[in-house]
Formats: sequence, C-alpha cells, structure tokens
Amino acid sequence: MNIGTRKILDRSFTAVGIGSIVVMALALMIVVVPIVYNGIGAVFFTGTVEHRKMLHAEFKRGDSQELSSEVASSNRYRAKIYDMLTGFEAELETMTPEKKAEYQAKYSQVRTALQALLGPLPGDPEPMLTRFKYGQTRWDKAEEKLHDLLFESKWDNSNPNVMSKEYFVSRAIGFEGTSLVRLFPYVKDNFENMLLPEFTFYWGFITDSSVDSHFFGGIWPEIQGTFFLAIGAMLFAFPLGVIAAVYFTEYAKPGFLNSMLRSANSTLAGVPSIVFGMFGLAFFINTMKVSESKSVIAGALTLAIMILPTIIRAAEEAILAVPKTYREASLSLGSTKWNTIATVILPAALPGILTGGVISLGRAAGETAPIIFTAAVSVGSAIGLADVFSSPTPALSWNIYNLASEHEAATQLRHVQYGMVLALVTIVLLLNLSAIVLRARISKKLKC
Amino acid sequence: MLMTTDMRKTSESVPVQKSTREIYLPPQRSSITGGGTAHIAAKEFSIYYGEFEAVKKVSVDILSKYVTAIIGPSGCGKSTFLRAINRMNDLIPSCHTTGALLFDGEDIYGKFTDEVLLRKKVGMVFQKPNPFPKSIFDNIAYGPRLHGVNDKKKLMEIVEHSLRKAAIWDEVCDRLDKNALGLSGGQQQRLCVARTLAVEPEVLLLDEPTSALDPKATAKIEDLIQDLRGSYTIMIVTHNMQQASRVSDATLFFYEGVLVEHAPTAQLFTNPKDSITEDYITGRFS
Repeated sequence: MNIGTRKILDRSFTAVGIGSIVVMALALMIVVVPIVYNGIGAVFFTGTVEHRKMLHAEFKRGDSQELSSEVASSNRYRAKIYDMLTGFEAELETMTPEKKAEYQAKYSQVRTALQALLGPLPGDPEPMLTRFKYGQTRWDKAEEKLHDLLFESKWDNSNPNVMSKEYFVSRAIGFEGTSLVRLFPYVKDNFENMLLPEFTFYWGFITDSSVDSHFFGGIWPEIQGTFFLAIGAMLFAFPLGVIAAVYFTEYAKPGFLNSMLRSANSTLAGVPSIVFGMFGLAFFINTMKVSESKSVIAGALTLAIMILPTIIRAAEEAILAVPKTYREASLSLGSTKWNTIATVILPAALPGILTGGVISLGRAAGETAPIIFTAAVSVGSAIGLADVFSSPTPALSWNIYNLASEHEAATQLRHVQYGMVLALVTIVLLLNLSAIVLRARISKKLKC
Repeated sequence: MLMTTDMRKTSESVPVQKSTREIYLPPQRSSITGGGTAHIAAKEFSIYYGEFEAVKKVSVDILSKYVTAIIGPSGCGKSTFLRAINRMNDLIPSCHTTGALLFDGEDIYGKFTDEVLLRKKVGMVFQKPNPFPKSIFDNIAYGPRLHGVNDKKKLMEIVEHSLRKAAIWDEVCDRLDKNALGLSGGQQQRLCVARTLAVEPEVLLLDEPTSALDPKATAKIEDLIQDLRGSYTIMIVTHNMQQASRVSDATLFFYEGVLVEHAPTAQLFTNPKDSITEDYITGRFS
C-alpha cells in the first residue's frame, strides 16, 4: 500500500471516529436536555395560591397568616365571578324552556372549566378526591385551563378525505346577550390576581409522599423504594458474585464442567429482564414463598439473580488481571492459598470488582421488568425497614412507566414523570460517579 | 560454618577488596563436599512439563551456608530446578517430578510435605521486583503477620532488622508508610530480599535477581549477597557469568536439562572439566 492511500485511510478513519462521537453526543443531548429541563420544572416552577393552600392543608407547611391574607385577596377577585354565576343562574330561570336547556349545557361546561381552574365553587359538595379540592397549582397548567375556559374546542370534519382538524371557538360568543358574557374578559384580566403566581422552589418534591396518586406531593416513596431494591439486590449479589468469581478463577479445575458453568453464566447475562421478572414471581413468591405476595425482598432477590452474572464476570476479569507475580511473591513467603487470595489478590482486584458492582447497582436501580411482578406498586407510602419482608413498594422505574402509560391522568402529570426520570438518572449518575471516585482513590493507593 | 565466618572477617578487614569491585576475589573454596553439610540434595531428580523433560536426572548436594550459582544457556532448566526447591512449580498444572529432592533430609515432593511450611523455610526472590501494592512497612510485615506476629512493636523490630540486613534501611527509614511501588527498581528488589528475610528462611533462592536492574543496582544486590553469605544457604540463577564468579562459592552448569558440571566456582571458571562448560564460559555460545 502506498503512502498516499495509507494517509487517506488514516484520515477517513479519524473522520468516521469523530463523526460517530458527535452523533453520540447529539443523541445524548436530545435525550438529556428535555429530561433535565422538564425534570427541574417539577421542583422549580411558578406556583399559584392553590399550591400554597394544598401545601398548608396536606403537609402543614407555610405561614398560615400570610396564606390567609393571600387567600382573602384572591377571594375578593373570585367573589365577583361567583356573583356573576349566581346572577346568570337566576337569569336562566326566567328563560323559555328551550333556551334554558341550550344555555344550561353550555353553562355546565363553563362551570366545569372554572372548577378545574379555581377549585370547587361555592355551593359545590366537598369533593371526594383530593385532586378536585384545589384549583390549578402550577401557573403553566393554569394558563392551559384558562384557554379551556375561554375557548371551546371543536373538530372540523367537513372534508372526509383529510384528518379532522381541531379549532377553537370563543365561549363568550355563545353567551352573547346574557349577563355571563362579562365573565370571560373579567377572568382573563384578573387571572393573576385570582391565582397569585409566585416563583416556587418545591423541595418537598424529593421528600414528600404523593397525594392522590401523584396529583400533588412528591416522590419520596419511589426514591426510597428504588434504594431498598437496589441495595437489597447488592447485598445478595455482591458477596455471592465475588465468591463465585474467586471459585472460577482460583479453585475450579479447568474442564468440561467448568467451561459449561462459565458459558451458562455468560448466557444468563443476556437473558431479557422480563424473564427474570417471571422467574422471580414463579420461584421466589409462588415456590419459595419468601412473602405472601409482592414484597421488597422478592424484588431484591429477583434483581440480585439478574445482576449476578455481570458481577461474576467483572470480578473474574479483575482477579485475572492481578499480576501473577503478586501471587508468586505471596506464596513464596509461606502464605496459604486462601491467605493469598484474601490479602493480596482481592485487594489488588478491588477497583475492578467495585466498578462491576456499581454498574450492576445502577442497572438494578433502573430495571422495571423484574419488579413488575415481584415488588412494585404504582401508589403507596414509604415503607419502614421492617416491612421489606412483607410489603411491596413504589419504585422510580416502575412509576415512570406507570405515569407515562397507565395512569388515568397521564397527560396532566408529565412534570411529575419528568421529575421522576431526572431523579432516577441523577441517582444512577451519582452511583457511577461515586464508583469512579472510589476506584480512583483505591487505584492511587495501589499504585503509589 | 566456622570457616565461612572467618572468611567474611578477613574480606572485610581488607578495605581494598570491598571498595573496588574489579579486583575483588571470591573466597577460595576448594571443595564442594567438605566444609558444610548438604542442605538440599537432589537424587536422580527430573522435572516434566507434560511430556517434556525440562530437568533430567539431576543428582547434586547443595551445601549449607554456601552461595551456589546456577548458570547455563536459556531454556536449560536452571530456573525450573530452582523453582522446584520451594515448589513454585506447583502453580503450573502440567508440571510433575520424579526422583527425590531433599531439604534437610526430607522429600520436598513427599506426600505429607506441607508446602506452606517449606516455603517459609525456603524464601525466594524473583527476576522482576514484585513488591505488593502496599506500604513498605506492610510489605515487610506481610510474612511475619501471616505467621502470627501481630504485636506492633515486634513487627517494627522485624521490619527494621530485615531492612537493615537487606542494606536498604537508610534509604527508606523515613518513608515506611509510603507505597513500595514508588521505589526504584533496585530498591524494590532489595525490598523483596528484605521481605523474604523477614520470615527468617534458611534458604534464599534468587532467580536472576539482577536481570531487570541497571549496573549500579546490580552492584548493590551483589554486595548484599556478599553480606548475607554465611548466614543463609543461597542459590542464585544468573545469566551473567561475571556475577556468578564474583558472588558464588560453588557453581552448577546446566545444559539442556542436564547438570553438566558442579565444581567450586574458582575451579569451574578457571579449569572446567567438561568441554561444553568451557565453550559456554568462554562465550562460544550462550
């Protein structure tokens, strides 16, 4: 090959390499930026007076005096709306039955939109669900609801050959000639005065339990559940994995059985996680009966089985990478095999073993499928340490899935979902970071 | 034994011999059978790697408190023979032996031999310095701790004593808690010697201890061997014939697994009996 071709090959290889790194970085940006942006929105947002009411009622947080003065000022503006409503209701009674029926339907839509915006109206019965007890707690959501109040959504399906199109009609037009027509400009103009938006740092998102399946409150039960499951899995898998790796590398005699065991271990590492979930249900809960039904311990055991092969492989590689000379030196000093492993081989292999362990810990924290059948529930409070043997727990991974697809109000709770995703990503990132720091410190100690 | 100590005294009392290495003469020992007792004895001893016979029917007596050098071309089985003495070859699964190799009259490869106890008595220093990735103190204290010494004061005593014996105490006494891998190659090798001495072995096996070192560090290791002479039975494998002639009392010459010649060093280098030995020491092949 002549020198020209060689140089072109070298350069094009460099270009392809840089290109793939750029693509990777872009993909990462596209994934991470929305997660971070929207996730932070769960903690830092513009909150309304309804949010502060909710915090005070559900979590006993906030200054009562300040809140009552805020509520009083907000109610002053709201009172006028309520007056308009009662005025219109009186007007309805004077109308002809046909007209009354026509306006009644429109009016009940307006009432529903107002309830969603400001919470229960005077005269409404006390709602059963907490989600209906308060108006919009977040300013961005409130603006959406304001739009719903001002405009009616209609679908244009006049042309059967194209998809129907949504368009908006002002509700005010529908009430032309009645007293209620004044309501819409009034709400629009006094919107801020009614909801009193204020920049809010809701740290409770991390430490609070959720209220009414994630409509209000935080994600502490999920975070705690994730920690319980991941650390529980490590408690089982890490010692077992390291012992198995020591057996494979130091004690097992090379032969058919040994190579079978090794390839079985590699195969296990590639089994889809949902299979481990089914296995956990069938083995730990139905056969072993470690608990009556779903429980943290069953989930942790299932996750442990799932990450075991990875830990074994990582520990094996780390042990094999320890120079043979350390072993010789130790043995030549009259050390037994076990002593050599415990005092020389394992300490020297520790950085590699730890790396494998923490990668597995991150995986255990993030896996959804294995805990669906064995440990996870969608709504629940934080459980005590004593309950891990009997009760299931919410966990971040499972609740993200649940909020994204199965929750009855999935579209309204995107901010909570993003908050959970950010929390999970942060936890895994912190775990990996701690592994890197730990590894660097031990390696430094081993080198000089 | 008595003769050995006398020799050392004389060599120390003549300062010229110590300081200028070129004219240093090895102590003349005319016999490889008298003056000491056989510490290690091989009888028709062979070592196989699988089918391959690496050491062939060697019979030899290694005298107590002597420095014995093993020379020979690459692949002649000299390292294999050395490593057989403290059973380091056990690490190689296909390795097995026939014949007898006796240490203090007991068969090293006997059915009931405790190789751990054997290795405590037969220390070894390897070709490449291999300190543990621990502090200098922990390196030296590793062996004594293994054998049950846990008293901090006692350990410190052993560490200082061993480092002094290995002539490295002055260089490391102020940084015993620093990682041993921070030392230079020559220092590391002397540290390895000190580590071996700390378990108080009777035999010191040196497997090409200076082949990875520069001349200055090599000179220090050789001085160290001179210092240890008479206190331990020392066996040293070396590629360097000058080194063998400088430090040893007796020399074994191996060729293709066979022990060709065993003679007092002075005699082997000046008046070899075998023609292959002569070809080798005169540099006709290597």
